Order: sequence, then C-alpha cells, then structure tokens
Amino acid sequence: MKRLTPRKVAAVALAATMAVGSLTACGSGDDSADGPVKLRFLSLAWQEASVAANQKLVNDWNAAHSDIQIEYVQGSWDSVHDQLLTSFEGGDAPDIIHYEAALSGQFAQMGYLADLKDIVPADLKGEIGQNVWDTVTTPDGAVFGVPFLLESQVVIANKKLLDEASIPVPTADAPWTWDEFAVNAKKLTKGDTFGTAWPLKQPVNRVLNLGLNYDGKYFQNTDGKNSVVFGPAEQEVPRRIHDMVYTDKSAAPDALGMGGTDPLPGFFGGKYAMLPGSIYLRQQMVEQAPEGFEWVTLPPLKGLSQNQSANPQTLSISEASEHKDEAMQFMANFLSPANQAELAKGDWLIPTGKTAGEQLVASTEGKDGWDVAVASANSLVLAPFQTVPEFSEWKSKIATPAFQEYFADTITLDELGKRLVDGGADIIK
Amino acid sequence: MNRSKPLTRALQYLALLGYIAFLAFPLLWMLSTSFKTPQEVVELHPSLIPREPTLDNYTSAFEQQHLARAAWNSLQVSVGSAVLTVVIALPAAYALARVRSRINTLATAWILLSQLFPFILLVIPLFIILKGASLTNSLFGLILVYVTWSLPFALWMLQGFVRGIPRELEEAAAMDGASRFQTLWRIVAPLLAPGVVAVTLFAFISSWNEFFFALVLLKRPELATLPLELAKFVGIEGIARLGPLAAGSLMATVPSLIFFAFLQRRLTSGGLAGAVKG
Repeated sequence: MKRLTPRKVAAVALAATMAVGSLTACGSGDDSADGPVKLRFLSLAWQEASVAANQKLVNDWNAAHSDIQIEYVQGSWDSVHDQLLTSFEGGDAPDIIHYEAALSGQFAQMGYLADLKDIVPADLKGEIGQNVWDTVTTPDGAVFGVPFLLESQVVIANKKLLDEASIPVPTADAPWTWDEFAVNAKKLTKGDTFGTAWPLKQPVNRVLNLGLNYDGKYFQNTDGKNSVVFGPAEQEVPRRIHDMVYTDKSAAPDALGMGGTDPLPGFFGGKYAMLPGSIYLRQQMVEQAPEGFEWVTLPPLKGLSQNQSANPQTLSISEASEHKDEAMQFMANFLSPANQAELAKGDWLIPTGKTAGEQLVASTEGKDGWDVAVASANSLVLAPFQTVPEFSEWKSKIATPAFQEYFADTITLDELGKRLVDGGADIIK
Repeated sequence: MNRSKPLTRALQYLALLGYIAFLAFPLLWMLSTSFKTPQEVVELHPSLIPREPTLDNYTSAFEQQHLARAAWNSLQVSVGSAVLTVVIALPAAYALARVRSRINTLATAWILLSQLFPFILLVIPLFIILKGASLTNSLFGLILVYVTWSLPFALWMLQGFVRGIPRELEEAAAMDGASRFQTLWRIVAPLLAPGVVAVTLFAFISSWNEFFFALVLLKRPELATLPLELAKFVGIEGIARLGPLAAGSLMATVPSLIFFAFLQRRLTSGGLAGAVKG
C-alpha cells in the first residue's frame, strides 16, 4: 500500500481548494439594476411536446421583448410543493409559478401569491368560464392564479370489443348513464375479459370528483363550519363501483390497487374492455397502444348530471415578485388562444379558454378524442371539498384508508360513511 | 463429511447466484426497459429481452434533459463532498478516538444528536443561512451541505477504524522521532485505508443520489444535478415516461458502479495482521 506523504496530502488539499474555488464561481449572478426585467418562470410541463411548446413560447417572447426576459425553469410535479414551500419561506420564489388550483390555494391562504384580480386583461378573463375562475378565487374575492389547463374523467374503450358486443359508441350529446355503463360492462365481461377496471390506488379524488354526478357533496358548510356528509347522494358512486366488482363481477378486482396508468398492459392485452380514467390517458393510447389496437374515448358518465370537480393547472405570480405587471404581460401572451391550444395539445389536457378549445377541435378535427375532451370541460365545476382547508389531512388520514377498505370489501357502506363522517369531525375542529 | 462438501459448496454457489440475481434484477430490468419501445414497455406479458431494441429512449433522454451537463454537476459535487468529508473526518476521528477529554464525550454525543433531525426540519433554516452567505444556487454551497450531512457518519465510522489500530504502532513511531502529524499521516492513515475508502464511497454515493437539498438549493437550470433532471421524467400523478427514465437512470448509475468497482478492492482489511506481536 502506498504511503500518504505530507506532500500528497498537501496536493490533495490544494486540489480540493482549487475545486472549491472554481465551484464557487458556479454561483448565481444577481440581476443588474439597469438591465432588462428578469423573471423566473417555474414550469411543470413534462411531456416532450409540452416542454418543447413551453420553451418555444418563452424563446419567442424573449426574442420579441428585450426589456422583459423570462428564465425558463423546469420543475417536477413530484417535488414542486416542497420546492415552492422552501422558496417562499426562504424569500427566493420564482416570479411566475405553474401549479394546480387546489394546492396553489394553500399558498394563497399563506399570503405567498399575488392577487391578480385587477391585472388580468379583460380578454383573457372573458375567455375563461366563471365556473373555472371560481376554482382560483378565495372567499374574500382574491384571484390567485390564471387557470389554463383542465382535466376531466372519461372512459377509454377497446373499440373492437365494443363492436363485437354490438355496443354503439355514445356521443358527447348522448353520454352513457352509470346504469348503461354497468350494463355494458357486464355485456363485455366474457372469459378472461372484464368489462372494466377501476384503478383506485388513490380513491378519494376519483370518487369525490365522480360523486358530483349524483350531486354528492361530501362536505357541507353550516354556519361557517365545515363537516363531512355521507347521505344517499354521496353513497351512489362508491356503491356502484363496489357493485361492479363484487355483485356484477364486471370490474376486475385486481385493478383496484392500481394507479391510473397501471391497467394499461391489461387494457392493451384485452383483459379489460373499458378503462375509466383521466382525459390524458389518450396520450398513452396514441404512444403505447400496440399496432392495430383501436380505441375510443367515451364521454364522462352521467348520473343526475355529468358534473365533475375542476382542478385546473394555473399560472400564479409570487407576492414577492417586484414585477407583477410584467409577469402578467408575459402570462397573457403565453395564454393567448393559439398558445393555450398548443399547450393543451402537448399535455393532452383541455384548455380553459373557449376559443382555444374551438381551435384545438378544429386543428385536430376532433380525432383522438379531442371533441369529447373539449366538450367535457362544460361539466367541470368547483366541488365543495376544494374549499375545505382540512381536506388534505382528512383525505390522507381518514378517507384514503376507509375507501380502500370499502373497495377491498372489508367494511360495509355504512361503516365507510361512519368512518368518513366521524373522522371528519375529529379533524375539522 | 468430506463427501458432502462438494454438495455444500454447490448449494452455497447456488444461493450466492440467487442472491446476485436478486440484487441485479432491478438493474437488468432497467437496462431492458431502456431499450424497449413504448409499446413493449406496457405489454401484458413483458419479456426481459427487448424484441425490437431501440436507442430512442437514450436519444430522447439526452435531447430533452441536459443529462451530460447534470452528470458533470453531480460529479463535481460528489467528488468535492467525498474529498472534503475525508479531509475533515480523518484528523477529527483520530482526535476523538485517541485524545481523552470531556470535549470528546460532548462532541461524540453531539454527533449522534445531529443525526436525529429529519431533512425537512433543517431545510428552511439551512436555506436561509446559505442564502445569507450567497451560497444558494452554488455547487459549492451544496457541497458544504453534503459534507455537513456526511460528516457525522464518517466520524463514527473512522473512529472505529482508528480504535482498531494498536497504540503500540504509534508509540513505536513516536520513539523513532515521528511527530503527531507524521504519525497520523505516515502510520495511521495508510492503515485506515479501508475505512477511508468506505467513507469516501459513502460520501460520494450519498451526494450522487441526493435529491431534496439539491432541489431546494439549486434554482438555476444549468446547475441541476442528475437526480433533479431524472425527476423531470415523472409527471402528474406519478406517471412516468418509463423508457427515457430507464435510459437516464442507467446512465446515472454507471459512474457510481465504476467508482465503486475502482475503490472496492481497497475495502479489504487485514493490513494489521501480525503488526504487533505478543
């Protein structure tokens, strides 16, 4: 073994010092006071096409606006909440923040997001429906973000299996009711094939979203106090899903523990004929379906209505930003109808703007389910649970395990209701 | 007894093979996925060997994310952290193991105590301190954090190694006229090689893989380390672009494997056998 001589040690120390010195130079440079306004834009785009669209829009803006320069920073959905929290607390938040309405609302309550009510341009405001603006408006009327991408729950179906069972494809104007969905799932259940698969690894948002179909609110506000309710309206959707698995046996029990895209191999392999899921599943169909596999997007199911909760992706401006007007100028350009359509296309989501939606359907000719997707935006509304501050805690501590046990058939519907209501009472003081 | 030996040996090898296969399987699966088409990734009956191998995932991973730049950043941070950790931990561990004083007991207790705080508790104060020192958005700032994070474990580990070295060797060196420093670097340090290697590996790999501090401290895209870039392949609701992610992850694993293969030979101990008779 070679000896470590003092000379070698000194050499290592010197090398380390030099490395440290050079690395120090990697630090950030502060914005010059006389230069252009520099804004940091944290984007959560992650699909290849969406990232490209985002970067192009930023590059085009920077080329055309030498006085306002945007630095594009790509974040990650997986870690953005912690990243933002530390940035806000540490006073180093991005100027423009891409996130989602429900969680941005928490930051707005903490005072980290600017009120955009008076600086959103009228044409941008008029493009987006009030039902969507409601999701980014605090009880005292402050607007903490501009919603720009929406997601709805639809059903993707194996066209060949539908045809073989002589089941016609419903249109956006005449969607299936939950009863029709159950009957057709039963028809499609043959041999090794289940009519459907409900991936309910994270059941709460899915069930509460779809619960609005029967006007299931799950939360009520009486005299300014929130509480959990689980009456007949709230019971409809979980009971129907449970019945499909255990009574009709038309829904695959093995899919209950899966995440949203986990059943795709089974769906492509013919094990499941229909797959309820998010509108963005269409991307997986286009990119991952085997050659010759025919699929179709079915409109959102209908109970009393097709209502689902709207939790749009948003662009917000940090309260600490010194250039809010400039940030809004960029956002208004970024979210112009043509740009919004391009961004929505890249992410396989629905643009919030009416014109953007029309442009998207026209440019795609409604193919790949774009007609159904854009039409489904009309049923997206603010759900009661989105306004309850304790929802996240109730969801993780009470509702998730309770729903999982119910769907695993280890507790009854009554027991589920008792757990949800009593747990809610413990958490919402 | 002798007749059963070949059978025992065969079973031992079989068990070892099984264990290696168990350990290597995730890596093999990642390798396999990185060469699969998007269609093959979601097949109902997946196979380990891709039917139509493609390099598209590698192209996509490198084109969309700046993996080469991120790898270079990670390498700087990991090497810097490993070197600094060893340079600081070695004399400190020697002092803690050899010098008896009340401060040592307190220091040892403090080292243990420092390990009790979770990341999330420290990150905001740390961010504010580093921001005040203009060390956010700086790889050097990140190195300092990693060194601080690795030091307690490194100290504990090296202390044990120092205690394993007979004092008689140092006394013999002192009798031959060596100073404390000479004794440390000429006698103790070479005998500590396995410990130093273990600590270096620990500091390197933990820095190479670390995500959270890098996420919080580095805001500028050009400073992003590999784990930050790889996270960008995961999207909303945990949906991942598995092919490019596997390709990127494999590229991220290779330097660690090379580093480990290079240093693991020095992990062997036994240099002290017969050093002190009687």
